[in-house]
Amino acid sequence: MAWQPRDTSHSSALGPGNTGPSLADPRPGNGNHSVRNAVLHPTCGAQAFAVIPAAANGQPHKHTQDPYVTGTSVLGITYKDGVMLASDTLGSYGSTKRYKSIDRLVRVNDRVVVGAGGELSDFAYIIKLLDELATDDFVADDGVQLAPSEVHSYLQRVLYNRRNKFDPLWNSLVVGGVGPDGRPFLGTVGMIGTAFTDAHVATGFGNHLARPLFRERHRPDMSEEEATKLLHDALRVCYYRDKQSINKFRIITSTAAGVKLTEPFALETNWGYKAFVDPTANATGAW
Amino acid sequence: MVKAPEAGFQFDLAKRNAYLEAKGVKPPAPWKTGTTIAGIIFKDGVVLGADTRSTAGTTVADKNCEKIHYIAPNVYCCGAGTAADTENVTGMISSQLDLHRYALQRQTRVVTAMTLLKSHLFKYQGHVSAALVLGGVDVRGPHLFTVYPHGSTDALPYATMGSGSLNAMAVFEDEYRDDMSREDAIKLVAKAIRSGIFNDLGSGSNVDICVIEANDKVEYMRNMEYLQGRTYDRQQPIVFKPDSLKVTGEKEHAVVNLDAVHIIEGEPGDAMDVST
Repeated sequence: MAWQPRDTSHSSALGPGNTGPSLADPRPGNGNHSVRNAVLHPTCGAQAFAVIPAAANGQPHKHTQDPYVTGTSVLGITYKDGVMLASDTLGSYGSTKRYKSIDRLVRVNDRVVVGAGGELSDFAYIIKLLDELATDDFVADDGVQLAPSEVHSYLQRVLYNRRNKFDPLWNSLVVGGVGPDGRPFLGTVGMIGTAFTDAHVATGFGNHLARPLFRERHRPDMSEEEATKLLHDALRVCYYRDKQSINKFRIITSTAAGVKLTEPFALETNWGYKAFVDPTANATGAW
Repeated sequence: MVKAPEAGFQFDLAKRNAYLEAKGVKPPAPWKTGTTIAGIIFKDGVVLGADTRSTAGTTVADKNCEKIHYIAPNVYCCGAGTAADTENVTGMISSQLDLHRYALQRQTRVVTAMTLLKSHLFKYQGHVSAALVLGGVDVRGPHLFTVYPHGSTDALPYATMGSGSLNAMAVFEDEYRDDMSREDAIKLVAKAIRSGIFNDLGSGSNVDICVIEANDKVEYMRNMEYLQGRTYDRQQPIVFKPDSLKVTGEKEHAVVNLDAVHIIEGEPGDAMDVST
């Protein structure tokens, strides 16, 4: 059977967008590691001009194993009116602070917000998938939009399926919003498809630095001021102790009234403790 | 004949391990032993804190061990890492400082303990797995140091070590102020250790606190917070007071139906009567 280029448009069997490599394609002739798959055919129908060397040598496709441009922790808490997600705006390239104005918190629709840490190109793909879902909702024009628990479920399935094909989307996601019953929803999905919901969540370093503060101080009926203060304190600690962070943050809030994204802001930090001034006054050789 | 194992570190397999690693074989990862230890400098001294859980892999070996070790009358040291290493290293340095005090007739300085510890650990290139929070008060004031297994040190106003260190450090970064009072400092260290106990699986049980002030004034509060107590005490046997239960109904059942039992008279040892 001649090789057929696969669809990039919606296929109801595959769900919106591309869900992955040719293994997902049920048509015969695709999905096996033959030399045919070494040649990359452009879907516009032009002549092929690129080849995957490993596939040409008969080896199976090896997909990206390491993240390159990454975001660090995302914090999320529920409060009286809804949920708040917070993150900094840094895209790190290894140890380099490369992109300092990345938005890692996005609005899906009036009821759902998503935040991500990890590989930012994979997050861009996830945003594309969610955008297609939201557009479908808009086009249907029936007054019904995706609920946060539905987005959480959807992302869990996408990430778990990619994990099973050994081609993960290298992200830790936080999904939050106000459900159709008016109750706040907050959940998290990991890169291998781990998913759960809680009153407060965090990804990455936030788990160790922010969750203890949340456990002490969080209450489900917090006011907006209290919730903002708690997030600010947690962000500050994350900035102090996470080397891949900068002092530039955004907070996205989802309530029954809609979604609000703050402008980037900085937090006050204190580096002036007495002991930092001359720490080794009495300890020659220490630092 | 079985040969007794040689004492000290064995490096015979180093070449083989390097070869294997070059071939892509991952060596087993070192156990991250569970602990939360913390220290803080307050206005007139130092407060040290530690949890009390000692783990062997995923089992809790000792539910109430002591992680704050005596070094000198005015110097104490919390230890994280391999328990044998922390106990013995602090014991050794404590003995050395005993002799040192006899020779000098002076109070031990905290930097002396720090230098002895770091020299020893550096000599063993990190193989002695002891991560310490060393604190004390001497003629130059209160001091707090962290000592890492490879031999580096930090001089800090507040410090945490162990698997629960990030959880405890979050509390310190949020609430530490210069020149805290004694009571506030104790409360803050206890809160930081509790943060490690409740958020880290490697730390648990109770909180030990040690407060060191000038002129060898030390208050060692063993199990200052006893968190591992049973939340429910089961009573065996359960004793109900006579009128404490309400009788809702009564039913009579025959337990043994005596009509079903045929009693055969006769001498023991007689053959069974099988006539129908």
